[in-house]
Amino acid sequence: MAPKLALLIVATALMLADLYLIFIWAPTDAIQGEVYRIIYFHVPLAWTAFLAFFLVLIGSIAFLWKRSQRWDAFAHSSAEIGVILATVVLITGIIWAKPVWGVWWAWEPKLTTTLVLWLIYVGYLVLRNNAPSPAQGARYAAVLGIIGFADVPIIYFATEWWRGQHPDLVVGPAAESGLIGSDIYTVLMFSVLTFTVLFALLLWQRFSLRVVEDEARELTYVAQRQGLFPD
Amino acid sequence: MTATLRPVLTLAAKDILLEARTKDVLLSVVVFGVVVLVVFNFALDITPALADRLAPGVLWVSFSFAGVLAMNRAFAAEKERGSLEGLLLCPVSGDVLFFGKMLGIFVFMLVVQAVLLPIYGIMFNFAGFTPGLALSVLLVTVGFAALGTLFAAIAVQTRSREIMLPILFFPIVAPTLIAAVETTTAAVNGEGILSSGRWYPLLAIFDAVFILVCPWVFRAVLEE
Repeated sequence: MAPKLALLIVATALMLADLYLIFIWAPTDAIQGEVYRIIYFHVPLAWTAFLAFFLVLIGSIAFLWKRSQRWDAFAHSSAEIGVILATVVLITGIIWAKPVWGVWWAWEPKLTTTLVLWLIYVGYLVLRNNAPSPAQGARYAAVLGIIGFADVPIIYFATEWWRGQHPDLVVGPAAESGLIGSDIYTVLMFSVLTFTVLFALLLWQRFSLRVVEDEARELTYVAQRQGLFPD
Repeated sequence: MTATLRPVLTLAAKDILLEARTKDVLLSVVVFGVVVLVVFNFALDITPALADRLAPGVLWVSFSFAGVLAMNRAFAAEKERGSLEGLLLCPVSGDVLFFGKMLGIFVFMLVVQAVLLPIYGIMFNFAGFTPGLALSVLLVTVGFAALGTLFAAIAVQTRSREIMLPILFFPIVAPTLIAAVETTTAAVNGEGILSSGRWYPLLAIFDAVFILVCPWVFRAVLEE
């Protein structure tokens, strides 16, 4: 069986199982009620977004080192998916915050870090679009991919200490609640697995697509040079 | 060691000399800094009671925006004159090119800040010209100069160059901005360097990381 199809089947099976666990099997939280279930999306997505950005770092270093277009395709695909994942993390965070904290947004360390990361990698995609040529775009993006990830731990600690100085941001009865229970933890870990497999599938698909796009662009260029293709 | 230091100083001296002759970028950036200050006063209605709380933030927003303008100009001028290629032809390593440009930008920003700080001091009734503030300004400006040099070199070669630099620059320097405002607030409130414990080491680590990483990738940015 084709490997991509196999991965698709595995990802689908895991997701169906995960949805069952999240919505039917997992217990209701004592304080937050049903709305806490968003954690099973929010946390795994945050983890996979972070993984995606780490892979952008790997791809960027490999590209600057080997100057191979495949590594650029890898970094680019991972960045695109990472931005989508980070967007959903922010949206689920906002949706979750309102009923639990009483506010749509709080400059809480993890949310702030995610927002700054989102901005950095959106900048990565904007930079690629605005570069004078795809080759230069690849190089600039690789530089940003390295700088951006090098900044991540510093951003995290800065926002953590900043919020430590101004902690008065969340209100509401559930502001101080944590989630306890081993069942919750089990479902959470399974969700992390499911979303990681989903991420692998998405990355593979996007990477293959990007490789084909590159080939199409090269063929178009050659054909234009030979006058076979209208400009 | 002198073999590396000399070209760096020469490059920086070239930029500084060019600016010292005309002073037009310096003047416009300083005026812009004052304009930002005035706009913030209208926007936030900064009464004397609020000044202590808000002044550090306004100060650093003004420095950041003025700095971004200055960095854009530093490379835009090179691009217009076609001297980016000339830089690449110099028989020096990418490190030297980077530190030469960075030093020029760093000195320029210090001069701008030296002019703007007294003005802010007057407008906000600053008592905070302490060693802590000086250290804070120095450390933050080093970080700004390092990342600004790299990103300005990238941005100036893209299509939407004026907007590209802020988009790239501000998210990356977010930790520096946080630290800058925290340390400046402490300075304004008369606290010493030690009371802002972790922020100075954070700035130092930030600077160290990017002084190491930025030159390494600078040559890849300048190539055609």
